[in-house]
Amino acid sequence: MPSNSSPVAETPEATETPLVEPAETKISTSAAEKVHAALTRSSTGSADLRELESGLDSLQSDAVRKARIDWSRILLPIAAVVVLIIIWQFYVSLGLKRRDQVPGPMDVLEQFGALWAEGSLQEAVWTSLQRGLLGFLISVAIATPVGLLLAQVAPLRRAFGPLISGLQVLPSVAWVPAAIIWFGLTDATVYFVVFMGAIPSIINGLISGVDQIPPQYRSVGTVLGASRLQMAVQVILPAALPGYLSGLKQGWAFSWRSLMAAEIIAVGGTIGFGLGSMLNQGRDLADMTIVMSAILLILAVGILIELLVFAPIEKRLLQRRGLLAGSTR
Amino acid sequence: MPVVLENLGKRFGEGAPVLDDVNATIGRGEFVALLGASGCGKSTLLNIMAGLELPTSGALEVPSDGAAFMFQDSALFPWLTARENVELALKLRGVGKAERRVKAAELLDLVHLAEAADRRPHELSGGMRQRVALARSLAQDRQLLLMDEPFAALDAITRDLLHDELERIWKETGRTIVFVTHNVREAVRLGQRVLLLSSRPGRVVQEWEVTEEHRTDAGLAGQLTGVITARLREEIRRHAK
Repeated sequence: MPSNSSPVAETPEATETPLVEPAETKISTSAAEKVHAALTRSSTGSADLRELESGLDSLQSDAVRKARIDWSRILLPIAAVVVLIIIWQFYVSLGLKRRDQVPGPMDVLEQFGALWAEGSLQEAVWTSLQRGLLGFLISVAIATPVGLLLAQVAPLRRAFGPLISGLQVLPSVAWVPAAIIWFGLTDATVYFVVFMGAIPSIINGLISGVDQIPPQYRSVGTVLGASRLQMAVQVILPAALPGYLSGLKQGWAFSWRSLMAAEIIAVGGTIGFGLGSMLNQGRDLADMTIVMSAILLILAVGILIELLVFAPIEKRLLQRRGLLAGSTR
Repeated sequence: MPVVLENLGKRFGEGAPVLDDVNATIGRGEFVALLGASGCGKSTLLNIMAGLELPTSGALEVPSDGAAFMFQDSALFPWLTARENVELALKLRGVGKAERRVKAAELLDLVHLAEAADRRPHELSGGMRQRVALARSLAQDRQLLLMDEPFAALDAITRDLLHDELERIWKETGRTIVFVTHNVREAVRLGQRVLLLSSRPGRVVQEWEVTEEHRTDAGLAGQLTGVITARLREEIRRHAK
């Protein structure tokens, strides 16, 4: 023990130089030596405390990382599409099937140009998109309050829950014949089928979003004195937002699919010319290039809506809650 | 007397009672530490005081406007910033928009977090989150503040600091605080009075006064900690088979 001043060695000097404060010299009993955490006040005042805390805060917070444009996000999907088109072209050039049955990428592109020049491409996309979006928005407006009600009121949920889940499994095409009988060949038929497809899946998404809310959030709401309505609007709905959003995404997918199904089956009357109608027309004319064009357009609209609408909203939502770290998005 | 508990009992369903014959009186402006091992029903007792659960027997008297509550994890809403979390408490109390902003800024400054007001909970450290939660519970403006092991999940350095912080805020705001903990040192560090709760069923078995001397004299505080720990262990040994 060269540097350690043991109690025996320090006796003469200690009385002359009392460097340590009286409060600390009292720590002499064996019980006190076992104390690990501070048992007494460990800071000297408000200013000291503020400084200590701000030091600790900056040590414990992560530095803000700058987001850069990640080119692999853009280039990889494009590369994937290019590869698929090359495989397609390669398959066609093998000449295993008749050209009118399996047209090549260039044939389809040509048909695209023709349809564009004719104006029927724009008309079909516009008609379908308009219907799809309007139908989807009305579905959201109906499904959201119904979903909240079902999620919050246990008897209602028990009564209607299985039915709603069942409706989600039922393909909405099944409603087309009924809708044609009820509404004839009008837009009402198309919208009805869209609603039957989208509403159950949005309701289900919202309900499962509400089910996944940590129970503590409700306790906090109660403790803070939230009324039933305030609880629903200020706590439940925002807390359920991630689940609700995936419900909305699925709801959109269902409305788009249902719409196509309805447009393929219900043709004529006052129903306008949509992408489904274009697909049906291609079949009637036995023109595979029109069929392929319609399929690609339907796919493209779906991808664009996902990329331009849902993906940014979802990313922002999850990022703000700190839920995106470590995902492969 | 803001809180009076008389022969309070609680059992869930047909099971053994969680709390049995709990008696306690807590004065206005007092800081009481409620100490007990796991399973002693401390949190249940706190939930009953907060009105989140109902007792199955006995009577309790709490302030008519209810109590503010601070949870073990901060329980901040992740979709709101620190400021918005505090503002929500004010909003649900019916405070007007302009006043909310001013008051929230004041409260965040009180917990030394004025700079972090616009950050979201996931961008804050555990200690900062608990300070926001403290500001939020102060925003409720209730005389009685119930705290359920609020520092249990924090690292030792942060916890020591928050003890000083909480003591300072308690003195500045004059709140009545009931602080639940399973940490004897924490109870001695913070409480003016330490109530020891037995386990299964929970019941107040002994209480100690902690004086101002204990706040500055580590030896004295250490001795008291030793005494309370010994008594707590005695309680735990009773359950050995």
